Amino acid sequence: MLTPADTANHIDKWKFTVPFVCGCTNIGEALRRISEGAAMIRTKGEAGTGDIVNAVTHMRAVFGAIKRLGALDETELYSEAKNLQAPAELVRWVAENGRLPVVTFTAGGIATPADAALCMQLGADGVFVGSGIFKSGNPEQRAKAIVEATTHYADADVLARVSQGLGDAMSGLSTATLAPEELLETRGW
Amino acid sequence: METIGVLAVQGNFREHAAMLRRLGARVVEVRKPEQLDGLDGLVIPGGESTAIMRLIRLYGLEEAIERFTAPIFGTCAGMILLDRNHLGLVDLAVERNGYGRQVASFEADLRLEGDEEPLRGVFIRAPRVVDEGPEVQTLASYEGEPVLLRDGRFLVASFHPELTDDTRVHERFLELVRQEANVRA
Repeated sequence: MLTPADTANHIDKWKFTVPFVCGCTNIGEALRRISEGAAMIRTKGEAGTGDIVNAVTHMRAVFGAIKRLGALDETELYSEAKNLQAPAELVRWVAENGRLPVVTFTAGGIATPADAALCMQLGADGVFVGSGIFKSGNPEQRAKAIVEATTHYADADVLARVSQGLGDAMSGLSTATLAPEELLETRGW
Repeated sequence: METIGVLAVQGNFREHAAMLRRLGARVVEVRKPEQLDGLDGLVIPGGESTAIMRLIRLYGLEEAIERFTAPIFGTCAGMILLDRNHLGLVDLAVERNGYGRQVASFEADLRLEGDEEPLRGVFIRAPRVVDEGPEVQTLASYEGEPVLLRDGRFLVASFHPELTDDTRVHERFLELVRQEANVRA
């Protein structure tokens, strides 16, 4: 959600035939969006920065929480569902299956093949790259390299080869230097 | 125990791998030609067929799959890749997105040949068979059109049997793998 129009309610996505992709920064937010009908989840990162650190933070938050849910017993899962403000049946499904019930990709700050491979290694189902490609010196070549790095994310030889000779990366913004009100990731709840 | 490769360059290879493991097979994710060595069968999953085709060309997997002699099971995009206009391994012509765009995706009960219980077919931007060779056998149809077919050592589905809990289509593929292994032995 880049520009919220309603500060209190999220859209009831079950009413639509077109699939919705929703962002999240933590597991509770992800499960609330899924219960509202999201067809895919993206961990938010900080869009338009070329700084991967927030994408990593949000993936760690979601995937780490999934692992912790797997360690809880039945009784604890109810209480945890309350903490997460998420439906108990979804929480139980995640605990049993070790993943979210929808495709979970990552975005927000990916600018190099290495960034993409890192996200895949951390457990993303895929990556979305926007300005990291379009604001770089050679978008076509960089896009191809990022695709290859995503497929061969665990193959260091491929990653080293496709990372060479790509020209200038987008000029990045460190998210640590952005004022809190400038951050996109804090929009939504 | 059979060792089955799942082409893992793009698409929903994870669901196929999980289904095959559930049925007791050993699974290898295939991203490079040498990973085809020693496999008893190969699954080409659904995904985006143009992306899969480009990625397999880039790494010499196109030739390697053409040389591969064991059974191959293609679903959705995998069916497109195996048809006359792509790898040319199955005597079939298919139309991409033949049932319509993403919003036209649907589920339907299918009759699986030789089985009473209906098979739930999940069709996601599914390819549609427009022509099939005389040797091709239809194993399931939807509204009179073939959606699960066998051509010798090849099995192709326009739907996604890996997305339900019904293991029967994958069981048939593993059965085909065992038959072919006996023929070749």
